Amino acid sequence: MMDWLGPEEWRAVALSFRVSLWATLVSLPLGVLTAYALARWSFPGKQVLNGLVHMPLILPPVVTGYLLLLTFGTRGPVGSFLADFGIVFAFRWTGAALAAGVMAFPLMVRAIRLSLEAVDPKLEQAGATLGASPVWVFVSVTLPMTLPGILAGAILAFAKAMGEFGATITFVSNIPGQTRTVPSAIYAFLQVPGGEDSAMRLVLVSVVVAMGALIMSELVARRVAARVGGR
Amino acid sequence: MLEIALRHAFEGFMLEAEFRAPPGITVLFGRSGSGKTTIANAVAGLLTPDRGRIAAGDWVLLDTVQGIGLPPHRRRLGYIFQEGRLFPHLSVRQNLRYGAWFAPKGTPREDMGRVVEMLGLGTLLDRRPGALSGGEKQRVAIGRALLSAPRLILADEPLASLDEARKAEILPYFERLRDEIDIPVLYVSHSASEVARLATTVVALDAGRVTAQGSAAAVLGDPEVTPLGAREAGALLAARVVAHHSDGLTELDAGGHPLFLPRLGRPVGALVRVRIAAHDVILSRVAPAGLSALNILPGTVHSVRLGAGPGVMVALDTAAGRVLARVTRRAATRLELVPGASAHAVVKSVSIAQADVGIGGDQPGEMLV
Repeated sequence: MMDWLGPEEWRAVALSFRVSLWATLVSLPLGVLTAYALARWSFPGKQVLNGLVHMPLILPPVVTGYLLLLTFGTRGPVGSFLADFGIVFAFRWTGAALAAGVMAFPLMVRAIRLSLEAVDPKLEQAGATLGASPVWVFVSVTLPMTLPGILAGAILAFAKAMGEFGATITFVSNIPGQTRTVPSAIYAFLQVPGGEDSAMRLVLVSVVVAMGALIMSELVARRVAARVGGR
Repeated sequence: MLEIALRHAFEGFMLEAEFRAPPGITVLFGRSGSGKTTIANAVAGLLTPDRGRIAAGDWVLLDTVQGIGLPPHRRRLGYIFQEGRLFPHLSVRQNLRYGAWFAPKGTPREDMGRVVEMLGLGTLLDRRPGALSGGEKQRVAIGRALLSAPRLILADEPLASLDEARKAEILPYFERLRDEIDIPVLYVSHSASEVARLATTVVALDAGRVTAQGSAAAVLGDPEVTPLGAREAGALLAARVVAHHSDGLTELDAGGHPLFLPRLGRPVGALVRVRIAAHDVILSRVAPAGLSALNILPGTVHSVRLGAGPGVMVALDTAAGRVLARVTRRAATRLELVPGASAHAVVKSVSIAQADVGIGGDQPGEMLV
């Protein structure tokens, strides 16, 4: 495997995995919270939040990337604030993770929200009458019953993050070892003569990862659904 | 003694109820839409009424005047829902332990082994709710409520979603709950036989108001109170098993008067309560002779209630207790059935359904309202 991929290609694959893993892990709690808010709470500005969450799905990725650059770049309002704490996104792998996380967020929230809406609030009431506080009801009833959606959403988000290109290249450019993920590397290889073989190998990696993620998310969701379905 | 006073306005419906639930099973009895479930949900804290007070002594669950309203999880109630509402992602054992986990440390609680034995759950413990039958689910739901160390058990039509055979399977467990466990139960029902078998106290509801409350015998024997309409009325007699005869009949002693029923599965000496449906009773002014019916109870007409239709409800005081009979207005006029007149109530043995005979021998008591 190591020999099959050249060092440049291998670096891109490893970086992509790191970026996607972090993007997924960090956005997961936020995704659960957002999905819960959208599914269960009614508050002013709910439609605005819903729109914001789904924006990256509709907007051209280059627009999302540019907006990220304006906001989280070194001179952006949030970027310069976070820089004081040593958190820098611009032209770093962390920026690639941020871009991937933002782009994958709508898919994750949709999957979690769907399975949250399938949880019968009557079961949560039953938990409350048995003495469980709202937090405990969430932990002991809602969360385990939403698990299929959370896992499916996480896997889907991971796969989406692996494939993110437009927003990433706009926001953090295409720096080898730092922000050159698999799609950026494929793009770069296709720009130079004789790069087609390397590009083809990375295309293969992409296809395998995407298929693997889809199949896994389906299998996991089915197994967990059977478990929480009480059989 | 739980004291409940509630006032809550819905669109086109006003609930205004006040009653007490003494120890034992208090049945909230009325047709659907009479406000029973609303009361249960208000007691559980799942609904906040416009005004009201729910308290047992100094344990105040709700007092809108003082601004007290405990959230559901701090009310310490065991709620048995109509649909069971077992947690599908947990095993039966985990479901049973769920409430105990949240009960305050050091509170007296039922022993898991005893509840499992009482409800016959031993073989189900490692299964998941999805693999249980409707009756099994309800037994687990009863156990789960019991084991949460509740100060009160709420049951909202726990048998309504079950077929007759499953109902017959679960009812004895509620009888045991009433007779063996010292936790008051508030039980919502629209079934006359459930009331007859389970109720220590009956609170009759109609259109959001309490129309009567008192002992089961007193409320069911009152011709003025027919929460489900005259068609479903029937009085309750307390009796003792005297003998099982070889021809398949069981002989009871009701207030010194013999009653013959199809064979009962209760030992000699056991106390039972028998519901006699009003439409199964024939009245005769003279002692009938040459009749196939085995149960003939002489008595005096207490009252006659005229309805809008062709039927009237006659309340007859017999040595066995108050009996209700639903006869036609024409018959009542022809027989001159007026208060004070003597008459005989005739009841066919086979018309008394097994489902209408329960254990426990509460004496017919006083009406509270």
